[in-house]
Amino acid sequence: MNIAVCVKQVPDASDVKIDKATGTMVREGVPAILNPFDAYAVEEAIRLKEKHGGKVSAVTMGPPQAGEVLKHVVAMGADDVMLISDRAFAGADTWATSYTLGLGLKKLDSLDLVICGKQAIDGDTAQVGPGVAENLGLPFVAYVRKIVEVSGGKMKVERLIEDGYEVVEVSLPAVITVVKEINTPRMPSLKGKMKAKSLEIKPLSAEAIGAEADKIGLAGSPTKVMKVFSPPPKGNRERIDGTPQEQAARLAEKLKELKII
Amino acid sequence: MPIIVKVDICVGCEACVNECPFGAIEMKDEKAVIGDKCTLCGTCVDICPSFAIEMADEPKSAPTEDLSAYKGVWVFAEQRNNKIVSVAYELLGEGRRLADSLGEELSAVLFGTGMDAEAKSLIEAGADRVYQVEAPLLNEFHEDAYADALSQLIKKYKPEIVLAGATSIGRAFVPVVATRVRTGLTADCTALDIDGEKKNLLQTRPAFGGNIMATIACPNNRPQMATVRPGVMKRLPPDAARMGEIIKEAPAGPLTSKTRLVETIDEAGHRINISEAEIIVSGGRGMGEKGFELLREIADMLGGVVGATRAAVDSGWMPYPHQIGQTGRTVSPRIYIACGISGAIQHLAGMQSSDMIIAINKDPDAPIFNVADIGIVGDVFEVLPAFAKKLKEMRG
Ligand SMILES: Cc1cc2nc3c(=O)[nH]c(=O)nc-3n(C[C@H](O)[C@H](O)[C@H](O)COP(=O)(O)OP(=O)(O)OC[C@H]3O[C@@H](n4cnc5c(N)ncnc54)[C@H](O)[C@@H]3O)c2cc1C
Ligand SMILES: Nc1ncnc2c1ncn2[C@@H]1O[C@H](COP(=O)(O)O)[C@@H](O)[C@H]1O
Repeated sequence: MNIAVCVKQVPDASDVKIDKATGTMVREGVPAILNPFDAYAVEEAIRLKEKHGGKVSAVTMGPPQAGEVLKHVVAMGADDVMLISDRAFAGADTWATSYTLGLGLKKLDSLDLVICGKQAIDGDTAQVGPGVAENLGLPFVAYVRKIVEVSGGKMKVERLIEDGYEVVEVSLPAVITVVKEINTPRMPSLKGKMKAKSLEIKPLSAEAIGAEADKIGLAGSPTKVMKVFSPPPKGNRERIDGTPQEQAARLAEKLKELKII
Repeated sequence: MPIIVKVDICVGCEACVNECPFGAIEMKDEKAVIGDKCTLCGTCVDICPSFAIEMADEPKSAPTEDLSAYKGVWVFAEQRNNKIVSVAYELLGEGRRLADSLGEELSAVLFGTGMDAEAKSLIEAGADRVYQVEAPLLNEFHEDAYADALSQLIKKYKPEIVLAGATSIGRAFVPVVATRVRTGLTADCTALDIDGEKKNLLQTRPAFGGNIMATIACPNNRPQMATVRPGVMKRLPPDAARMGEIIKEAPAGPLTSKTRLVETIDEAGHRINISEAEIIVSGGRGMGEKGFELLREIADMLGGVVGATRAAVDSGWMPYPHQIGQTGRTVSPRIYIACGISGAIQHLAGMQSSDMIIAINKDPDAPIFNVADIGIVGDVFEVLPAFAKKLKEMRG
């Protein structure tokens, strides 16, 4: 199976702290990491390769330093990488990102499957996976928590829904997004790390992938960010003191005032 | 780069460095330099006290040909097992408000067969019109068939705004539609408004796990599309006297799908969907396995459901569909009671937009208290049994 995974470099959100005085996010020195959801995508791709043969290609669009995440996934066991990088991609929203990744993916030969993470932890949109599927004209299944079997040009998967899951069969080639229940990503091996070290990454420009200027970067993005602000602080804090019995009684009264009880 | 720092004007005050939500600005030789992390959000342009930062002429994406041809507000009325999910009614409440302020009509889009009563309920909830696509394939969710059906309708009727619930269905297929009709889509919005001047839809959503909020517009393309978080918008009281028209739509050709639904497995234990619950009693590592029985008892008495942190789910105390946070469900109930939960940022990401947060934790410094409206410093095994007892008394 030839599998491509889309991986993104993101700031490490678990390192994000809030400045109590100003209520804004402190982002100095926040390290850039592989989007945690994409690690599940990479792991699943490697497992499929181990079972069915073939190869795993990792694709990212981002600034030159996004090559770091490609090194990481090669250390995990990916075979090929593609870094799509050009000033002209700056400011891309999910529409332009999906278009750009779609063009990059079309350069890969005979793909059977494209795996994306459920969402990126910086934007939290979960829109690029389905957007990529549409750009490639492939069927799509979101929120896959298990790949049950691959056979006869079809794949059976479990898709997470609000109160359980659905078993869905999809014809290949296809695009899926995966959730964290699907596996536990492996640590990079020593051999992988050596390979990653000597990896030379040649970025592909907008021209190299044949991108149309009005479909990439800020210019190609239908959405515009008008304003970014900190969530408003919550007012009217209240603390209930006293013995546990008093606290419990006061809480019950509160809920009664709110007409919950 | 379309954001320019005029070095001769920059006084090196670093205001932009501190305010940049993306940490993209650095000082070099006491002048601001914008780096690769820049997303062109424009915060620095607004903040710069010396007006040294400018946004170069805004490049335009290939715009929709004739914006004024697009009229009306649409709500995608999602159904599961022929039952409309509550976020659809909430969106009709919000959609009514938006349509009225634009002076336009509100329509609902309903997929599936045998749903006449449901179609009527959409009118009672605020719709002027219901487009009903009655294809048997649409009774079940298929990403491709749903995308085909909705894209066809959008191309035919040209709505100005299209809203859908940010559910596992909405977030899966609506991005396919937006990609196909070449327009913008804003994910998981928590507030919507019409810009007074240009009449654009302003879509506000949390990003970075709820650490920042962003307001997004789609000025040059139509329709303007958004998925909206369940539980945030308010539904209207149903009005049986409301009039509206129901239009049965046949798809342009036979709908097909490259996916086949084999079976659906219900795991929640509760019939209620946690994303739609009004009251959530949630537990973390501080509850222990036994403690969750207590939470279930309290949730039942309050008519709510039980939520959990990842720590509790990983310990096997609750199944995954109950996990709340960055890697679980996002919820915004009327009341969220957090018991024995520390309030890690990844957990807060999934619940901090709840109307009211009540926290019980024995550690007075637990970060959960920073977002709580009501804080109780105490041992859950003392406070909660007393609370359960009190509830029983009150119910008589
Ligand atoms: C990429 C990533 C994604 C994640 N996604 C999620 C997510 O989606 N959801 C999520 O919840 N977490 C998530 N986490 C994990 C998160 O960082 C925390 O580890 C987790 O939320 C902690 O759960 P907790 O509050 O139950 O446990 P703890 O942090 O261990 O807190 C337990 C609390 O209980 C209190 N306590 C103990 N005993 C008692 C008692 N008897 N009475 C009263 N209080 C008591 C303690 O004071 C403590 O504050 C994620 C982490 C990462 C890295
Ligand atoms: N710039 C990018 N490069 C490669 N993959 C991406 C990029 N942006 C998003 N993705 C993929 O799309 C998924 C969803 O991202 P998002 O829609 O931004 O939440 C991620 O988990 C990645 O698999």
